[in-house]
Amino acid sequence: MASAGMDNSNFDPLDERAPLVLGEQTFSAITEAVARPIESAAPKIWYIILGIGLLLLANLGISIGYLFWQGTGIWGLNIPVAWGWAIVNFVFWIGIGHAGTLISAVLYLLRQKWRTSINRAAEAMTLFAVVCALVFPTIHVGRVWLLYWFAPLPNQMAMWPNFRSPLLWDFFAVSTYGTVSLLFWYTGLVPDLATMRDRSKTALSKALYGFFSLGWRGSNRHWQHYERAYLLLASLSMPLVLSVHSIVSFDFATSQVPGWHTTIFPPYFVAGAIFSGFGMVLTLLIPCRVIYKLEHIITIRHLENMAKVVLLTGTLVGYAYAMEFFIAWYSGNTYEQFAFINRAFGNYWWAYWTMITCNVITPQLFWSKKLRTNTTVLFIASIFVNIGMWFERFVITITLSRDFLPSSWDTYSPTYWDISTFLGTFGLFFTLFALFLRFVPQVAIAEVKSVMPIADPHHHGDHHGGESAHEGAHAHG
Amino acid sequence: MASTATTSSTWGILAEFDSAAEIFHACEKVRDAGFAQWDAHTPFPVHGLDDAMGLKASKLPWVVLVVGLSGTFTGTALQYWVHNYAYKLVISGKPYFAWPAYVPVIFEMSILFSAFATIFSIMGFCRLPRWNHPIFGSKRFEKASDDKFFISIESADPKFEATRTAEFLKGIGAKHVELVEEEA
Repeated sequence: MASAGMDNSNFDPLDERAPLVLGEQTFSAITEAVARPIESAAPKIWYIILGIGLLLLANLGISIGYLFWQGTGIWGLNIPVAWGWAIVNFVFWIGIGHAGTLISAVLYLLRQKWRTSINRAAEAMTLFAVVCALVFPTIHVGRVWLLYWFAPLPNQMAMWPNFRSPLLWDFFAVSTYGTVSLLFWYTGLVPDLATMRDRSKTALSKALYGFFSLGWRGSNRHWQHYERAYLLLASLSMPLVLSVHSIVSFDFATSQVPGWHTTIFPPYFVAGAIFSGFGMVLTLLIPCRVIYKLEHIITIRHLENMAKVVLLTGTLVGYAYAMEFFIAWYSGNTYEQFAFINRAFGNYWWAYWTMITCNVITPQLFWSKKLRTNTTVLFIASIFVNIGMWFERFVITITLSRDFLPSSWDTYSPTYWDISTFLGTFGLFFTLFALFLRFVPQVAIAEVKSVMPIADPHHHGDHHGGESAHEGAHAHG
Repeated sequence: MASTATTSSTWGILAEFDSAAEIFHACEKVRDAGFAQWDAHTPFPVHGLDDAMGLKASKLPWVVLVVGLSGTFTGTALQYWVHNYAYKLVISGKPYFAWPAYVPVIFEMSILFSAFATIFSIMGFCRLPRWNHPIFGSKRFEKASDDKFFISIESADPKFEATRTAEFLKGIGAKHVELVEEEA
């Protein structure tokens, strides 16, 4: 195996595929590398992240408590900007929640084996982002105790929800997405929880991992159904992941507001969601792989592949921005034209140009191989992507401030409670992610093993007889 | 090896192998020897092992298809009933059964039902959760989720005969063979 060192980004794909796992090529080395962070004491930085997360989470509790006490008047909402940060933050988080299922489902169906190193953490990120997203629609309704009116439940008023409303579609889409993502994630986890069970030193951890691993015993009669189920869940998740952000975009696109009422919204939102999701995966995994010494499993090549996805989707998003402008001009609709000129040069021009800089210009750095394989550059660029995508949703929502009648125009600015609620969801996110890193295998152990060359039952030379270069890594047994 | 054990409390026999290639070839031989109640245990799904064991394709997708379609039906029926009977409401002058508007919810219900069907049918087909299994009595079996590969042959198999089966498994390359006891 030609894997000298930790850089696998320079393999010529025509010559030989770059290895997905570097370092020692044994199964137990993979188990060790992933299980060690859970079994040994947590690093200091973990406590810092958890501490900050818990502080912000407490802040979220206070912000929501005060909101329930006082009502949505504590936010900066007004008429015409009746949708403020709540929907901006909702779309921001749900967008981030797209990369996990995309990595686990779409890349699985496309047989992209490199997904195995990153799918577990990305799916966890998805789940936690969906939880953060769900905070906003839940709390924004004002009378939160009547939230169950969303659900089609028989009630004494003989009233039913309006199924022709995109907000109701959204309710179904996001709750289905959260549920299916959880089931998909848990299915993938079962074999790895069994690994943790079998390694457990204490009775408590054996009992807990044992309980959640459902008595998994690696039986091939089970693997057979498991693999089929996994394929099915991937096939179900793929249209689902594309549908969710399409439906989120319907919240805007089915309205009559200039700048919102466009057919480009569904694909444009989906591309933006994948873009922001991969940005967040990079933000999380670049530090994680260093802190937990997983550079040989989450290799430079994995980061490079993600950078390429960011470049592609960022450019698609840039195309959508340009096409929106073109259509506004081409439609000949003066309201539409005004909405876009106002976005770029009106009161909120700074938000628009922040969005363009972060989302369209930043990813172009990744045309350079040198930059996209430099983890510092990648990390900083991924932060820019996160910021840019938040601003995209802000720019779209703030279009409301200049609607049809100049007499009803107003400006919008967030209040303290808007900001503290948003920061609070970061607390929720980082708390959940920190707990995930501590107690759950952050890399899909069984899946990574299955893509190693030694996992092939014909590895002993049935296929490539004379090519001894391929066999050099086979050191165990 | 626990040769003193009485066969009446023997659940079966467990053979350990070191690599994916070894278990693959061993499974082919166990299959060809005509055993029926046996299994392979691997830390990850080994490619092609289903054929090596002679397993038929999983029927799980059919269950998912049927339940998924029932989700499609439920979503359609729910919206049809709500807007045609339970709560008639004219919106934008559209017909009560404005089916294009019902597509998102029908789609989501189909996916949701299918996903639950997948999870419950995998549990049903695999008879999981089952937290207590005789095979967990083996200390060496803890490596089955790490880097070792096992074949288990149950004593319930008509061809099972403790010493001869053990010899057979050693003959096809098992590194270690042990009897697994079952509590009576």
